[in-house]
Order: sequence, then structure tokens, then C-alpha cells
Amino acid sequence: MSVAEQDMNSKKKVVRLLIERQDDPNSSPYTETFDIPWRPGMNIIAALMEIQRNPVNASGEKVRPVAWESNCLEEVCGACTMVINGKPRQACSALLDQLSQPITIKPIRTFPVIRDLVVNRSRMFDALKRVKAWIPIDGTYDLGPGPRMPEADRQWAYELAKCFTCGACVEACPNVNEKTSFIGPFAISQARLFNTHPTGAMHKKDRFEALMGEGGIHECGNSQNCVQVCPKGIPLITSIAAMNRAVDGYAFSSWLGK
Amino acid sequence: MAIATANHRDFLFRRLHTLAGVVPVGLFLLEHFFTNATATEGPTAFNNAVNTIQHIPYLHVVEFVFIFLPLIYHGVYGLYVAYTSGYNAQQYTWLRNRMFALQRITGVITFIFIIYHLWTTRFSGQEPNFNFVHNLVSNPINFWIMLIGVVAATFHFSNGLWSFMVHWGITVGPRAQRISAVVMMVFFVILAFVGIDALLAFVHTA
Ligand code: HEM
Ligand code: SF4
Ligand code: FES
Repeated sequence: MSVAEQDMNSKKKVVRLLIERQDDPNSSPYTETFDIPWRPGMNIIAALMEIQRNPVNASGEKVRPVAWESNCLEEVCGACTMVINGKPRQACSALLDQLSQPITIKPIRTFPVIRDLVVNRSRMFDALKRVKAWIPIDGTYDLGPGPRMPEADRQWAYELAKCFTCGACVEACPNVNEKTSFIGPFAISQARLFNTHPTGAMHKKDRFEALMGEGGIHECGNSQNCVQVCPKGIPLITSIAAMNRAVDGYAFSSWLGK
Repeated sequence: MAIATANHRDFLFRRLHTLAGVVPVGLFLLEHFFTNATATEGPTAFNNAVNTIQHIPYLHVVEFVFIFLPLIYHGVYGLYVAYTSGYNAQQYTWLRNRMFALQRITGVITFIFIIYHLWTTRFSGQEPNFNFVHNLVSNPINFWIMLIGVVAATFHFSNGLWSFMVHWGITVGPRAQRISAVVMMVFFVILAFVGIDALLAFVHTA
């Protein structure tokens, strides 16, 4: 086959997408099929852009283009997380050629769906606020340099810092559902990150208290799905077990100290 | 949004639940299996073991405070936990997620089994001795129910110990958790064997 022939074949090649859609937050979902022309190196975002350009479904009907969210296009913003072929992951780093076809795409329903693949992840940011996932450095006067972090700790803590609130772990966790108020694996790992930082550690107790609160660390049932789906390979279950140890210890000593 | 609410009730209930599963309920399970295993030494050995237990001072109080109360707490709260958990082992098929589902399924089986078990033994109004158990398990239906109960309870306890060690921060890293998983599965096989062996002893030696 000549290069030109190969080119012709690839032009004709189509990829089938089965997309779970929803018109507004309260309407019921439905699945729509799209056949899109294949191009080399395409990711799911490129495929969705193709639908945006030519919003015609597989039966040839003109439909409302599929809505989705994306920003960075390099797996660092977390906006484009979807359930692709049954697993939560980022659409921007999901290459069509590496997926079995037809490709199914669904929104991450652990969050409220706004429209099609667009969800509202604000629950995650509320959880981060709750565990005080930051390091307070502001004062009314210059507080001087903070304590140094040991290099050995910095190295593993950096792994935890890779979390981009993508929500994959929240989607996969069986204990995050409508019957519980579990804040989710990532928030526990972030509490561990900021408790490890020498300045952050000054607010350690606030984070322990938050993790003992409603929907806190005790809601984890060890299914360990989180660590399997995290795109950044964050050792979530190690974080949770380490925080279990710290929180249980804190609960005991604060109780005995009363 | 409530930030860092002082409501630690769920945390306390949950930690009490995992603790109760091991101390005293898990310890009682071991004691119970040990007593039953004396049946493999013959009816006299078992009847003697039962006799020793029946001479524990304040037996009813001990039974109520150290067995019934914690068991009811762990069982009823466990049913609530099993109800509020999601189940997605068909979508995420890796081992730990299946064990997560099995932990809850065997918990529910064990709950139903324990009601049946108490009904047919402790509250049957009969003298607990070898012959009584022999007659009970000689009925194939009872035998199979007992067998399912033994396997479900021992799995639930062994896998529960694995989970206990994570909840109390004993096994933290992935290697420690892998090793404890293997150890606990060996423990499950041994414990289930001891339970089934005792069951067979009650059927055959009379
Ligand atoms: C009466 C019926 C029972 C029910 C409904 C039940 C239910 C449960 C559930 C749902 C869990 C998971 C808790 C979690 O991961 O947070 C659990 C854990 C556990 N159960 Fe049970 N259970 C029952 C009886 C027993 C018995 C008889 C034993 C002891 C032999 C036992 C020992 C354990 C242990 C050791 C754990 C692990 C606790 C942990 O994860 O830290 N359970 N049980
Ligand atoms: S921990 Fe991993 S899976 Fe969870 S939100 Fe952060 S990056 Fe995503
Ligand atoms: S667009 Fe930012 S992670 Fe995909």
C-alpha cells in the first residue's frame, strides 16, 4: 500500500462514540451515538471538538453539540475528567488509538451534572476548605522565614502535591454516594500533605478535628479504588492509613487529656 | 458549609464498631471455635469444655456484657454500614474492591446466621452437650447452614482483621498491606478448616 493509499484509508476511518448526555441538571440522561472521522493522534477532546464542528449524530440527525469542560489539555487542571470506557480519567490524555471501540463516555456522576459531560466539582473545594488544605503564612507583621522541611519528607510529600482535584478518586470510591457525606480520598491525602509541611503542621489539630467530623476519615472502607484510578499515582491508601494512625492517636490523647 | 464541625459522633461510632469486631467479638469467635474443636477429641472432651464454661462465675452477666452487647452493636451498626456503602466491584474488578464487597456480604450472611444459630442452640431450651449438637447437625439442612455460617464468619473475621489493621494505622504502606492480606487469607483457611473439622466431628463421632 502506498503512502497516499494509507492516507485515503485513514481519512475514511471513523470512530464511534457513545456519549451519555443530559440536557440540564434535572432532566434524565440519554445516550447518543456519534461517528467521527479519525485523525492520527486524536484525543477525546479532539473528538468532542469534531462533534462541536459538525453536531450530527450517527443517524444523521442534527443535534445540540455535546458540552464539556477542559482547560490545560495536559492533565494538570482536572476539568476534563469523564468516565471513559468505564473508568474515570482525563479526556485530554485519553488517546482514541489506545481505547477499545466503540468508546463510551459518561460524566462523573458522583458530582451534580450540569449539562452533558459538565459537572460541578465544588464539593471537592469545600472539602479542601474543611481540612484547611493550605499553609497560613500571613501575619500583621513580617513573621520571618518558616522552619525548613527535611529533604526526605519533601520528596514523598511532593508526590501528594501532584493532586489536581480531578475527582477520579471521588468517582471510583464506593463510599462516596448519596447515602454518605464522605469528603473523599484526595482530601485526606491533602490534609496529610499540609500536616507534613513544618509550617502547615502548626494547624495539625484543626485538620485532625476536621477529619474526625461528619463525612471524615472514618467513612473510608478500604476498597482502595482511589489508588487504582488516580492519574498521578498518588499513594492515597498510604495517606489514609497514615492519617488513620495520626487521627486515632490524636483522638485518644485529646480524650485522655480532657 | 460547616467547617471543622465538632460533631465527632460518627467517628466514635465507627471506631467503636471496628474495635468491637476484634475485641471482644473476634476473640469470642476464637474461643468458640476452640471449644468446638474439642469435639474432635470425642464427646467427653467437648462435654467437659462446655461444663467448664458453664462454671464461669456470673456467666449471664459475662455473656451479656462481653458477647451479646458488643455483637449486637457490631452487627446492627454493621448492617447500617453495609447499607450505606456503594457496591461497584463489577465496574472496578480489582481484588481489594471485591474484598470490600465480600466483607459486607459475609457480614450480612453472618448476621442472619447468628440469629438462626442462637435460635437453634442457645435459646432452643435444650441442654448444650455433644448429643444435642450431634442431633442438630445430623440434619443435612442444618449441617449446610452451619457450614455456610462457618465460612462466612471466618472470612468476615479474617478480612476484617486486615481492614482493622488499616483503620488503626498498623499497616500503613502498600507492602505491609499486601503481606497482611496474605497472612489473613492463610488465617482464614486455617480457621475455616478448624470450624468445619469440628462440624464433621459432631456429625460422625457419636
Ligand atoms: C452480626 C453480623 C455482622 C455484620 C452485619 C457485620 C458487618 C461488618 C461490616 C459492614 C464491616 C466493615 C466495616 C468497615 O470497613 O468500616 C465489618 C467489619 C468487621 N467485622 Fe463485622 N459484622 C458482623 C459480625 C461480625 C463478627 C461475628 C465478627 C467477628 C468474628 C466481625 C468482625 C469484624 C471485623 C474484625 C471487622 C473489621 C473492622 C475494621 O474494618 O476495622 N463481624 N463488619
Ligand atoms: S488524588 Fe488523584 S484521583 Fe483524587 S483528585 Fe487528586 S489527582 Fe485526582
Ligand atoms: S483539560 Fe486539564 S486535565 Fe484535561
